[in-house]
Amino acid sequence: MDLGINVVEMLIYLVGIIAFAAGNAAYLVWVERKGAAHIQRRTGPKEVGPYGLLQPLADGAKLMSKQLIIPDGVDKPLFMVAPLIAMVPAIMIFVTIPFSDSIIARDINLGLLMIFAFASVNVLALLLGGWASRNKYAVISAARAVSQNVAYEIPMLIIAITIVMVSGSMNLKEIVDFQAGGFWNWNFLPTNGNFLGPITFVLFFICFMAETNRAPFDLGEAESELIAGFHTEYGSMGFGLFFMGEYANIVIGAALTVILFLGGWYCPFGLTDGIWWFLIKMYLLIWTVVLIRWTYPRVTLWSLLNLSWKILIPFSLFNLLASAGLIKILG
Amino acid sequence: MAGYFTNILSGTKSLLVGLSITQREFFKKPVTLQYPWESLEMTPRYRGHIQLVKDGETGTHKCISCGLCDKGCPSGCITVKGEKQEGVKVKVLVRYDLDFTKCSLCGQCIDNCKPGAIEFSKEYNLASTRKEDFYYDLLKRLKEQK
Amino acid sequence: MSSQTASQNKEHFEINLGPQHPATHGVLRVKLLMDGEYVVDAEPVLGYIHRMHELMGENRTWAKYLPNMGRLDYLSALSYNLGYVELVEKMAAIEVPERAEYIRVITTEMNRISSHLLWFGAFVLDLGGFTPLLYAFDDREHILDLLESVTGSRLTYCYFRFGGCSNDVEDEFLTGCLTFIKRLRSRMPMYHNLVTKNVILMQRLEGVGPVSAEMCRKYGATGPVLRGSGINYDVRKNEPYSVYPEFDFDVPVYNECDSMARYMVRMDEMDQCMRIIEQAIAKIPEGPVMAAKVPKMIKPAAGDYYHAVEAARGTFAIRAVSEGKNQAYRMKLRSPTFSNLSLFQEASKGMLLADALAFMGSIDLVIPEIDR
Repeated sequence: MDLGINVVEMLIYLVGIIAFAAGNAAYLVWVERKGAAHIQRRTGPKEVGPYGLLQPLADGAKLMSKQLIIPDGVDKPLFMVAPLIAMVPAIMIFVTIPFSDSIIARDINLGLLMIFAFASVNVLALLLGGWASRNKYAVISAARAVSQNVAYEIPMLIIAITIVMVSGSMNLKEIVDFQAGGFWNWNFLPTNGNFLGPITFVLFFICFMAETNRAPFDLGEAESELIAGFHTEYGSMGFGLFFMGEYANIVIGAALTVILFLGGWYCPFGLTDGIWWFLIKMYLLIWTVVLIRWTYPRVTLWSLLNLSWKILIPFSLFNLLASAGLIKILG
Repeated sequence: MAGYFTNILSGTKSLLVGLSITQREFFKKPVTLQYPWESLEMTPRYRGHIQLVKDGETGTHKCISCGLCDKGCPSGCITVKGEKQEGVKVKVLVRYDLDFTKCSLCGQCIDNCKPGAIEFSKEYNLASTRKEDFYYDLLKRLKEQK
Repeated sequence: MSSQTASQNKEHFEINLGPQHPATHGVLRVKLLMDGEYVVDAEPVLGYIHRMHELMGENRTWAKYLPNMGRLDYLSALSYNLGYVELVEKMAAIEVPERAEYIRVITTEMNRISSHLLWFGAFVLDLGGFTPLLYAFDDREHILDLLESVTGSRLTYCYFRFGGCSNDVEDEFLTGCLTFIKRLRSRMPMYHNLVTKNVILMQRLEGVGPVSAEMCRKYGATGPVLRGSGINYDVRKNEPYSVYPEFDFDVPVYNECDSMARYMVRMDEMDQCMRIIEQAIAKIPEGPVMAAKVPKMIKPAAGDYYHAVEAARGTFAIRAVSEGKNQAYRMKLRSPTFSNLSLFQEASKGMLLADALAFMGSIDLVIPEIDR
C-alpha cells in the first residue's frame, strides 16, 4: 500500500514539475518580451489575448507545427539528441528543489551536489548542438559556451561550498531551515554571523547568470557576431527545446539563489511562511535578470574570462577561507 | 592593487546606475503608436504621389498639357498627352499617367508646373502585391474624387 | 598573396560576414580568415548594391541628378544634397539668398544629429545592448517629424534646389527645433549614464581598434574616424562653405585613436550641432528662399569643378567635369565611408571577432554610400 501511494505521489510530482518548467518557460518569454517592451517604451505583445497573455500558446503552436528541418551534412544523431540534453537535466534538477516545507519531490541528502551535477550536463547540449550543426558560427559558439561554463563553474562551486560550511549541510531543506526566523538570519546578510554574506550573494548571482548564458554573458548566441550561435541550424521544436531549457535553467538558478541566500520559503518577518514567499523571491530575482539583459551591452570572451579568473575566483577563495576561519573562531 | 578595487567599485556603480535608468523607463508610458489601430495625420508638406489639383471654380484640372513635368522628371515616370480640340486655344489634356513604381518624390514636376496643376497627395497607406496597382491614371483619379 | 599563404595553414578557416549578416547593416560582405576567435585577414567584398550613381550623373541633366543624392547616404541625405547643389551653384554662378543658406544649415545639422543618433543606437546594438537603440529612435523620431514638416519626406530628402530651397520654413519649425534641442540636452546625461560610463562598454571600446593618424592619411579616412585619431580636420572649419564661418562651434578631437575616441567624437559632435542650430535660429534673416534668377537649363562653363562638404561620416566631395553641356562629362563622388572601410582590412588584423565587429561599428558604415 505504501508503494502505491508513493507511485501516485511521484507521478503527481513528475507531471507538476514538467508543467511548472514548461509553463515557466512559456510565460517567462512573455515576461521577457513585455518587460523589454516597456523598458524600451513600447507595448510588446498585445494582440493575442488580453495583454498578449495567449502569445506563448500561439508561439508554442507555431513552433510545434513547423517542419523539423535537418540540414544536409549534420551529424544526425547528435543533432537530434542535443535539444533533449538541454531540456532533460533541467527537469531533473527540479526534483530536489524544496518549494516549501512540504512541497518537494525527493528530499535528498546531497541535493546541492545533485543540482550541480545535472547543471553541468547543460553545457554538453550546447557543445553537441553546435558541433553537430556543421556550421562555423555554431562551432565557434559551442567553443565559447564551453570555456565560459568551465570558467564559471569553479567560483560557483566554491561559493556553494562556503554556504555548505556555514549551514553545515548539503541538504537543501536543511540549508533553508538554517535561515529560518526572519530576514536577519538569511545567508546574504552579514547579520547572519558571516560578514561576507553580501559579497558571496553577488558573486553567486553573477556566476548564475554566466552559467545560464544570460545577457550580458550570452556569448554563445551573440547575434551581432554569430547569428544565433549554437542553435543557428535548429528550427521548430528543436529550437523550442533549447529555448525552454534556457528558461528552465534561469528558474533553477533563481530558485537556487533563493534557497542558498534568501531564506527559501521563509517570510522576511517570520510570519506566514510558505511557497508564496519562495515564488515571490524567485520571480523578483528573475525580473532582475530580465532587467539586466535589457540594460547592458555584451561582454567579450576575454573580459568574461578575466572577470572569472581575476575577480570571481580570488574573491570566492578568499571568501571560503575567511568563512572557514570565522566558523573556527566563533565555534 | 588599489586600482584593482577602485575599478571594481566604480564598475559596479556604473552598472547599478544603468539598471536604475532602465527600471525608471519601465514605469513610463509607451511612446509608440499602435499603427493599424491609430494612424497619424500627414503634415501639409507630406509628399505622397502626385495628383492633379482640382480647381474650385471650374471643377476640373488646370493642366495645359505643356509637358514640362514630363520632361523634367528624373525617373521618366510621367506621361502627359494633350490634344488639339476645336474651339479651345490650348491643348486639352486627354491622359496623365504616373508610374509610381519609379517615382522618387523629388518634387521637380511640381516646381516646373507653371499653372500649379499638380500637387502631392497625402496618401501613404500604399501596399500591393501587383506592380500594376501603382500605374495611376490621374485624370480618372481626379474624376473619382468628386 | 598574404591571404593565400595564410589559408594554407590548416588551422585557419574562412567565414563570411555578410552579405546578409546582422552586424553589417546592409549588404556588405567581409571575408574573414579566422584563427579560432582571431581575425587573420579581413577582405571587404563590395558591389552588392552598386547602382552606378556616377554613370547616372554623366547621363542626366544637372537637375535630374538631384534626387540621386538622397540615395547615397540615406542617413544624412541632406549633407549630400547640400554638397551637390553647392557644386552646381558654384559652376553656374548662382547667388543663394541668405535665408536659404540658414535653412540649409539648420536642416543639415538636424539631419546630422539624427544620423549620429541612429549610429549610436546601432553601434550599441552591435555590442549587444538593445535598449539604447530604441531610446535613440525615440529622439530621432522627433527630428524626422520636424524635417518631414519642412521637406515632405522622412529619409531620402530632396529639399534643396539650385539657388535655394524648395519651400520656406515656418516659425513653428524653428521653435520645434529649439524644443527638440532642449529635449535632447536633457536626454544626453541619460545616454552617458546608461551607455558611455558603463563599465562593460568601456572595456569593449577602450584600446580596441587602434587607427593611427598615419593609417588615416594612408587610406584617406575622414570624419569622426580621423578626428578620433587626433587630427583636427573638419571641412566646415578648414574649407568653410555656406554660412558656417558665421557660427561659433568647436571640432571635437580625441587623441586615443581607439573605438572609444570615435564614439566620443560623435557624441560631442551632437552637442556642437545643437550649438550651431541655436545660433542659426537666432540669426536667421527674413527674405526669399529662392534665388531670383536661376537659368531654366543649367549649362555650366566648361571646366573642372570640385566641392567638398562635411557629411555625418566624413568628407563628401564631388568632382565634376563640364563641357558646357547640360550634362556632366565626368562625375566623381568621393564618399567618406568607402575610404573609412578601406582601413578595416589592415586595422582588423589580429583582432578578436567580437572586437572586429565593435571596430566595424565604430567606423559607422552606410553600405549604399560605399557602393554608390
